[in-house]
Amino acid sequence: MSEVVPPLQKNYIANLVKKGKRIDSRKLDEYREIKITPSFIGNAEGSALVELGGTKVLVGIKLEIGEPFKDTPDKGVLITNAELVPLASPEFEPGPPDENAIELARVVDRGIRESEALNLEKMVIKEGEHVWLTFIDIHILDHDGNLFDASTIGAVTALLTAKKPKAYMENGEVKIVDEWEPLPMEWIPASVTIGRINEKLMVDPNFEEENVLDAKICIVFDDGNKICAIQKVFGVLSIEQMKEAVKLSEKKSSEIRQMIMEAVKGEVEKHEKRKGKKQKNR
Amino acid sequence: MSYLLKEKPKKLINENGLRLDGRKRLELRPIKLKVGTLKNANGSAYIEWGRNKIIVAVYGPREIHPKHMALPTEARLRCRYSMAAFSTPERKRPGPDRRSIELSKVIKEALKPALFLERFPKTAIDVFIEVLESEGGTRVASITAASIALADAGIPMRDLVAACAAGKVDGQIVLDLNSAEDMYGEADLPIAMMPRKKEITLIQMDGKMSIDEFNESLKICIDACDKIYEVQRKALIEKFKV
Repeated sequence: MSEVVPPLQKNYIANLVKKGKRIDSRKLDEYREIKITPSFIGNAEGSALVELGGTKVLVGIKLEIGEPFKDTPDKGVLITNAELVPLASPEFEPGPPDENAIELARVVDRGIRESEALNLEKMVIKEGEHVWLTFIDIHILDHDGNLFDASTIGAVTALLTAKKPKAYMENGEVKIVDEWEPLPMEWIPASVTIGRINEKLMVDPNFEEENVLDAKICIVFDDGNKICAIQKVFGVLSIEQMKEAVKLSEKKSSEIRQMIMEAVKGEVEKHEKRKGKKQKNR
Repeated sequence: MSYLLKEKPKKLINENGLRLDGRKRLELRPIKLKVGTLKNANGSAYIEWGRNKIIVAVYGPREIHPKHMALPTEARLRCRYSMAAFSTPERKRPGPDRRSIELSKVIKEALKPALFLERFPKTAIDVFIEVLESEGGTRVASITAASIALADAGIPMRDLVAACAAGKVDGQIVLDLNSAEDMYGEADLPIAMMPRKKEITLIQMDGKMSIDEFNESLKICIDACDKIYEVQRKALIEKFKV
């Protein structure tokens, strides 16, 4: 986020919002156009390119076999990482993930982990010894605001289209067969980011709006109408605003979920073909 | 430490409605708060919240290093949340991990709205939080202590920030989760607020909750924050009374 905002711009946006209007002529509860391209990267076990207005996010899923964590021997491992790639914004700098990248990754991770979208108990090959490690890598390619929602849409879509080979134990060793199956996905979480300017709430703030927001909050719902993650990113909210934000995000999250489901329809077969080709090339 | 559990207990709340540490559903752990415990810091506070032991120091407003981090219109608030290696049941590797980097950020965002940062442009206000012992709910305890350390440093504030967590354990909404409840419970909802105007400065959640459960948790958190606010005020008065 840029740290100095011309007060003129802030006043302009705030005045529009007071009248229920926005700089890109959307309604306060309207998302920008969402374009989801599943299975964008052939070499990834699952992937998705998400365009949310001018924001571009690419998410890739890679799978590896490894050891489970000591305290959860009966569960696979889920690791989420986000890269704010310098080409995406003049404010992103090369180097290890900063607090914003870590927060983004952890909020996306929380939405998927806490909703139990990916059933980690079914990602075990041998309890306590060999489990699937699922890596969700989020690449921000162009930053036009609302990275949280774009990244969650990307991660969930990529998980829904991802495939893993069958693996089993033989003579104490892991054997992998060239038979691909989808990941054990049980819920489709959808995240909704809400911004506040003065007393008004709006969904999906774009980059210019994010710079002048008084508060920003991200709420993730699973498809059983349960909240599974909340993160207030900055600013303050009154109790009434908080309750209003939860209601608004419940409504919007089901719309986003519909879009994800639309995008992954038929993707499963396409992905199969691509994987087949990849296997031949090896 | 009977409730330091390696395995998930069958029940986190027993048939009498008591929790593993003997508390009732809406009961806070005992909170002890002391202001001005460190000599060198401009402001400091020490909090014992159940078995959580946290010490907070505030330095500043002071010259900012590196210089390019200076903000032209306001002070830069920097927070460092760090856990001692011996603060957890299993040794924690020293140094910042991803969790403490995120916590440092959300704690900063929870304290920032309370401060008149615009009074001190081009300076830094540093908040250092050391968790000496942890038993669930360190972030809310840290915020509670940090806000009075900031007041102790004489930094002008709109209000104190009081914080508390609620959550869902064994299907019931409970206040102030301990570590077993945090680990094995269904949901955790830490909240920080400025009690005077009832403004929420931190809210996070993980786990699963319906909207009704969320609203109930929010309500009990707000009530608890009012109680914690009183503890904070008393601690401050204690230090400055003549």
